[in-house]
Amino acid sequence: MTFDDFLLAFFSLDILRQAWPILWMGLQQTLLLSAVVVPLGVLGGTVLALLSTVRHPLVRWPLMAWVDLFRAVPPLVLLVFVYAGLPFAGLEVSALGAVAIGFFLNTGAYYGEVLRAGIESVPRGQMEAARSTGLTRGQAMAWVILPQAVRNVLPDLISNTLEVVKLTSIASVVAMPELLFQARQAQSVTYNATPIMAAAVIYFLLLWPVVRLLSRLENRQIAGRR
Amino acid sequence: MNASDDRSAAGREGLNRPLGETSDDRSAAGREGLNRPLGETSDDRSAAGREGPDRPRQAHRPIVEARGIHKHFGPLHVLRGVDLVVAERELVFVIGPSGSGKSTLLRCLNRLEEPSSGSVMVDGIDLLDRRTDLNAARQRIGMVFQSFNLYPHMTALGNVALALRKVQGKARAEAEARAMAALERVHLADRAGHYPGQLSGGQQQRVAIARAIALEPRVMLFDEPTSALDPELVGGVLQAMRELREGGMTMVVVSHEMGFARAAADRVVFMADGAVVEEGPPAQVFGAPREARTRAFLGQVERA
Repeated sequence: MTFDDFLLAFFSLDILRQAWPILWMGLQQTLLLSAVVVPLGVLGGTVLALLSTVRHPLVRWPLMAWVDLFRAVPPLVLLVFVYAGLPFAGLEVSALGAVAIGFFLNTGAYYGEVLRAGIESVPRGQMEAARSTGLTRGQAMAWVILPQAVRNVLPDLISNTLEVVKLTSIASVVAMPELLFQARQAQSVTYNATPIMAAAVIYFLLLWPVVRLLSRLENRQIAGRR
Repeated sequence: MNASDDRSAAGREGLNRPLGETSDDRSAAGREGLNRPLGETSDDRSAAGREGPDRPRQAHRPIVEARGIHKHFGPLHVLRGVDLVVAERELVFVIGPSGSGKSTLLRCLNRLEEPSSGSVMVDGIDLLDRRTDLNAARQRIGMVFQSFNLYPHMTALGNVALALRKVQGKARAEAEARAMAALERVHLADRAGHYPGQLSGGQQQRVAIARAIALEPRVMLFDEPTSALDPELVGGVLQAMRELREGGMTMVVVSHEMGFARAAADRVVFMADGAVVEEGPPAQVFGAPREARTRAFLGQVERA
């Protein structure tokens, strides 16, 4: 393979020009998916984290089983199961529905663990002080505990979000026209690897600022621990 | 406040009395029973038969009335039938070796700890009654913690204003005005915009005092308020407590500041192994302790 062949196979501007409209649609779909599944995951995670503060065994054990299950099952398997498995039980789920459910279960469990660690990192005295002034448990959570919890685990939350955005590419297996799916389409039509390369570059450009921000936050947190 | 209205309607004492009538009640204490309708507290108390003759200082209406408190932590029996009655405007000092249960007792008085058995009445409210609105009751019971427990993500002003806004439902402007007034009382108005991390330990503890007094409590509980402070910072906190006392605040203080106890306390309660061993005026407990264990403890403290 000559260098020119290499350029032609991976970095053909011609192919890129042809594939761009399809890739652009894919990027929009990826952003849309992220805008759906990240809030869903955070929501699910918040519920799980709040439940984890309940010590009652009837809450604790089912919660632990739930979180363990959805952290141990690969998200791709979970997604395929919801999309292709549930119809056998008479539950037809759309591709977007399947992605939403799968991500809610999987990333919710991860966000839940991150937020739980955050809540547990807040000293017990904070809740006691808040309750001693008459705040309800819920008010104390909302105004005193959660703001500190989120701040304490902010790098982990961002890191998790980064993973979730990248993970939206598995939606391609249920034929959601997101970035990877569209790149594969373009590749098979043009018989050229440039669209795949383009997708990788787009992902990189999209997420690199987040990665940089994360590094800075992590460094600051290390510096903050005197 | 519905719950407390119910309770005052039920004939318990003091709930619907406006703030500021306190001292009148006190001066009228001698006439207590004459000018009170039947069925009110003095009857309740004598009916309870607990007003022992060995409590001469309890002439005034008690604000805190804890009776027969037991507390178990698993196999540990940390409180073994403790009585603590605190009259209005009284400053009671609770001393004792670590592990004697004094902090646990204090935390039972606002139900941060739930007693295993016994009764706790504060300002006429039965704290252990399931129907009691605990969050309403807790506004009447200020608490100051050993480790300050200020909210680190809020300014001093925000710390003091939070409960005024969220519990008492005051608008931001009014809550902040009251919070500022409370900070002024501990001489920290100029630090209102500072975050806890930007304040010294002593200043943080004074903000914590402001946070409690902003709610205009009927009694203040202090759980080793100076134990976490460097020695040079203790004075400012004790000064704030002294001023609070001069303002007529009823106070229960768990502390090792024996000098402060000697100077300011009305009564000193010595606890050991989950029980009250001895109590009396500071001059008596410090000067002529009756019990051997009290003498042993005071000897150790003074040697330290």
